[in-house]
Amino acid sequence: MSDYVIEMLGITKEFPGIKANDNVTLKLKRGEIHALLGENGAGKSTLMSVLFGLYQPESGVIRKNGQEVRIHDPNDATALGIGMVHQHFKLVEVFTVLDNIILGAEDTHMGFLKKDAARKKVLALSEKYGMRVDPDALIEDISVGMQQRVEILKMLYRDNEILILDEPTAVLTPQEIDELMDIMRSFAAEGKSILFITHKLNEIMAVADRCTVLRKGRCVGTVDIASTTKEELSRMMVGRDVEFKVEKAPARPGETVLRVEGVTVPSRIHKNNAVSDVSFEVRAGEIVCLAGIEGNGQTEFVSALTGLEKMSGGKITLSGKDISHASIRERSVGGMSHIPEDRHKHGLVLDYTLEENMVLQRYWEMEFQSHGFIRRDKVCAYAERLIKQYDVRSAEGPQTIARSMSGGNQQKAIVARELDKQSNLLVAVQPTRGLDVGAIEYIHKQIVRERDEGKAVLLVSLELDEVMNLSDRILVMYEGRVVGEFDPATTTVQELGLYMAGAKRQDGRAAK
Amino acid sequence: MRKFLQKRGTLSLMGSLVSILAGLLLGFILLLIFNPVHAIGGLEDMLLSGARDMSKLGKVLYTAAPLLMTGLSVGFAFKTGLFNIGASGQYTVGAFFALTVGIQFQLPWYVAILAGMIGGAIWGAIPGIFKAYFNVNEVISAIMFNWIGLFAVNMCINNMPMMLANAWGQVARDRTARLADANPAAALPKLGLDAVFGNYMNIGIFIAVIFAILAWVILSKTTFGYELKACGYNRNASLYAGINDKRNIVLSMAIAGAFAGVGGAIYYLSGTAQFTIIKTLVNMGFNGIPVALLASSHPIGTIFSSLFISYIQVGGESLQPEFAKEIIDIIIAAIIYLSAFALLVQGGIARLLSRKHERAAGKEED
Amino acid sequence: MLIFADILSSTILFAVPLLLVALGGMFSERSGIINIALEGIMIIGALLSCLFLRAMDQIGWGAAHPQLAVFCAILVAALSGAVFSMLLAFASVHLKANQTIGGTALNMLAPAFAIVLTWAIQGQGQTTIAIPKWVRITSEASQEVFFNRLIFKSLYLTTPIAIVLLVASVIILYKTRLGLRLRACGEHPQAADSVGINVYKMRYIGVFISGMLGGIGGLAFTVASGSGFQSQVAGYGFLALAVMIFGNWKPLNILGASLFFAFFKILGSYSSAIPFLPDFEGIKSSEYIYLMLPYVVTMIVLVLTSRKSRAPKAEGIPYDKGSR
Repeated sequence: MSDYVIEMLGITKEFPGIKANDNVTLKLKRGEIHALLGENGAGKSTLMSVLFGLYQPESGVIRKNGQEVRIHDPNDATALGIGMVHQHFKLVEVFTVLDNIILGAEDTHMGFLKKDAARKKVLALSEKYGMRVDPDALIEDISVGMQQRVEILKMLYRDNEILILDEPTAVLTPQEIDELMDIMRSFAAEGKSILFITHKLNEIMAVADRCTVLRKGRCVGTVDIASTTKEELSRMMVGRDVEFKVEKAPARPGETVLRVEGVTVPSRIHKNNAVSDVSFEVRAGEIVCLAGIEGNGQTEFVSALTGLEKMSGGKITLSGKDISHASIRERSVGGMSHIPEDRHKHGLVLDYTLEENMVLQRYWEMEFQSHGFIRRDKVCAYAERLIKQYDVRSAEGPQTIARSMSGGNQQKAIVARELDKQSNLLVAVQPTRGLDVGAIEYIHKQIVRERDEGKAVLLVSLELDEVMNLSDRILVMYEGRVVGEFDPATTTVQELGLYMAGAKRQDGRAAK
Repeated sequence: MRKFLQKRGTLSLMGSLVSILAGLLLGFILLLIFNPVHAIGGLEDMLLSGARDMSKLGKVLYTAAPLLMTGLSVGFAFKTGLFNIGASGQYTVGAFFALTVGIQFQLPWYVAILAGMIGGAIWGAIPGIFKAYFNVNEVISAIMFNWIGLFAVNMCINNMPMMLANAWGQVARDRTARLADANPAAALPKLGLDAVFGNYMNIGIFIAVIFAILAWVILSKTTFGYELKACGYNRNASLYAGINDKRNIVLSMAIAGAFAGVGGAIYYLSGTAQFTIIKTLVNMGFNGIPVALLASSHPIGTIFSSLFISYIQVGGESLQPEFAKEIIDIIIAAIIYLSAFALLVQGGIARLLSRKHERAAGKEED
Repeated sequence: MLIFADILSSTILFAVPLLLVALGGMFSERSGIINIALEGIMIIGALLSCLFLRAMDQIGWGAAHPQLAVFCAILVAALSGAVFSMLLAFASVHLKANQTIGGTALNMLAPAFAIVLTWAIQGQGQTTIAIPKWVRITSEASQEVFFNRLIFKSLYLTTPIAIVLLVASVIILYKTRLGLRLRACGEHPQAADSVGINVYKMRYIGVFISGMLGGIGGLAFTVASGSGFQSQVAGYGFLALAVMIFGNWKPLNILGASLFFAFFKILGSYSSAIPFLPDFEGIKSSEYIYLMLPYVVTMIVLVLTSRKSRAPKAEGIPYDKGSR
């Protein structure tokens, strides 16, 4: 019998325009935790999708226990004992936990569902690994961490021996990450093999046995974790030395630009408030970061701040003017820029051209219209300037349809538009989500430059590295409230994690 | 040449042409199946009779005018992300407003058209309001208001004795008066065109074309059109941009309704048509859907698609009695269905061209 | 009291086609395909089943075994509706076409095809297919008794079949593997795909079931209308869409919605016989007020319930296996 439970040899997978995987080889030993490291767009997810049968490679061989196998669809993968937790959970929100777990692997009698045995098995599994779930809860009612447990239980329910976890820690608190790693170790101890996709070096160092690094679709190499360092791994991942720290001078805060007092926003999902009684200030020349786990009210708070949603109480003052009930446009004109969380949902009209998107909030200004007619030439000239100044790459310049651009360049276009508005306040929500290291560095530099030019910056981020690197002050949100305020120089990620998970809160904050 | 072929507009036009050819072929096959002896003659009738003499051409232009208006109505809404299946009701209410102004109030045709526009706009705005402020799908409310509009108009006309034909010398009580009897000034002018194109001809088609150009200007040249399309493509992003999306949904539906209303006005102000009180929805409103789809909702394209559909419908009438004229509807339906393939065809052509190009480039390198 | 039996009986008669077709729409939308072609599907189902009934009448077999013949006609309606609906499934699943475009084309195709075919079969200008008398289920029992009147005033086999199909729909949707997978495809096709469910196949099945129910609904409408098949179903396919939304994509709510709508629809015809209903003396042709009533009431109810309304999340979006 082969040493390796899975061997992927010379895998090549092309998409129109790009080679997502180019002759990649990866070998997984039985009972090991094997990390797959690479930047966004390096081809990690594609490679795992090939192993899971979602894509068919153009060339290359997959072996299980030394035998060549063909995996045409997820059913084949499941039959071979391969299971996968996708980065974006594949859960049906209006189904119960149990229905989601059995979906696709249902026990039936003459076509009728038999759920009793399934329920017993799920409860036994969750008992065994300490992953508490309520089988009858609806997915939309449970937390993201809980949803991840459901995804893991889905694999265990199918008796999978090879577990693929795609960026599993992105949505978890540091404490939840520790728990997950314990669970992973106990799986490995039982002889299950784990493929762990990530771009976070600390986690690899903490849990993995070996690591394969991908860069631009090619395999850079496989190393033993015991005999390597973080710096070595990052060099392999990016192809050059990376600064872990963003260069920035100490902040010199000036006047208060944004004052938020007792802001409360009702939830659209449940009866409680999504945001309750949030108060803070952001001054000119500082970056304040709102940290927290996804779904703790940050999105709703930003919606209320930018006017996308109505708040039920509180007051927002921008540059001394009460904007609590101002329209979105009034806020925008009044000096607020907003890099939205979801560039496809809010940031861009994907079927518009790049130039049309560049004037999304400004098409009505005298510069770009006269008597209700759009001045195409002015719009085009403006777009060309931004494209040049912010290095936005696209096939047909201002005439490019936004949909056809890469994610990084779409984001750059939004950043260009928002920074060029010359506002007093920049609200940046997850400005680097899904981007590669180069683009992240670029956007971070731009944000710091904005601060140094005397703008107030409110950064909302789920990435603790980004929070620690960029901000001058950190506010942690938990269940719709600000539960603590920190100075990044004197706090630790672990400390933040406790607040993010609700385990601790500062007294003054809690009382408010 | 290649660049011209690769342009998106050209590809979509070619897709439409391929669909039309395939649809006509299917029509011919149907003719062959149902009556092989007359099939060739039938095909000839279908394709040529619209242009056989000037009076037929006049009929084509006469039917094309309301078709163009309802096509614009559906297409305008499509462009702004809404499906206006309510053109039928808007058309009916528009016709009623126009006829009321023309017959009851004895006002001239241009006031009547304006009234038709207002009537259609009101009836279009209602589903818009329901969508924007009450979150009711516009397709459902438009269907409901088609019927409500029809019944309300029927009831109103029944309660307005002046409107009915029997008040103006005719016997019939189930239809509105002839404009020639009631108020000749309310009939659309013919400008002497009827001498060339026969009795059906009037300036309706020119009015419709002006509206088509107007729709094109609004959609592609103005900030208002920019807002409307932004709402249609991505409602969230338009909100983010500070656009009042609810107002725009209502306005967009009102404009779409206004177009349909003008369509109803043009048709019933022609002087040759009388509004008949029946309990079924007017088909003209639904026929706007294929007109818009065939033109990919482009207002200028709608001019040509409405002319085409009107042309083969007039051709279809001369199919009778050997064949049912509904064969034309089958052909149109097939064309619309095939236009779904058009995307595939377009993709195929584009790929073929780029591959040829690559191969040519490869040879040059050798 | 007998008047109430009449009202109830007519309500049920007109609710049956709405119920069947709305259930059909539900299966399609639950699998992720918006089925705007229901109107056309009804027409095709009615066309072929009525032609079948006509043929059975001519050879005399129908009069000899009336309900067996009607049962066969129902099968014909189901099959023809289902086959016709495959045109929609092909366009929206495989070609990934805009689902309203495909549906519109089919809605236009069906009545035209019906007219052309009835011309060809019955001769020029003969566009109505008469429904044979033996189709209705009659009883010797006295029509002066409430329950006899209620049940036998206008009973067709389609009514008990509709009840059976309703129960079957509930069971299939909530109790079987097929239902679970179908619903998953309408909510989150990527999730379904990731656990090895063939989304394309499920959507074909969803549309197929909707075609079957739509076809039967077409026949049910035609027998209820009483004037034979005239190449149209009076917009019932669209009304059924409204009933489906009104019923929140759930079978039992759809039952309630179709009864509700049908009740207001027939109320007008009995208004003069019911003492407490106003008769609008000052207005001519006041019957139109009652004709408008069901649509107005439905709008009001839609406004009141729209907050809770929840469409299948992925409906109307073509599923592309390759997209990430």
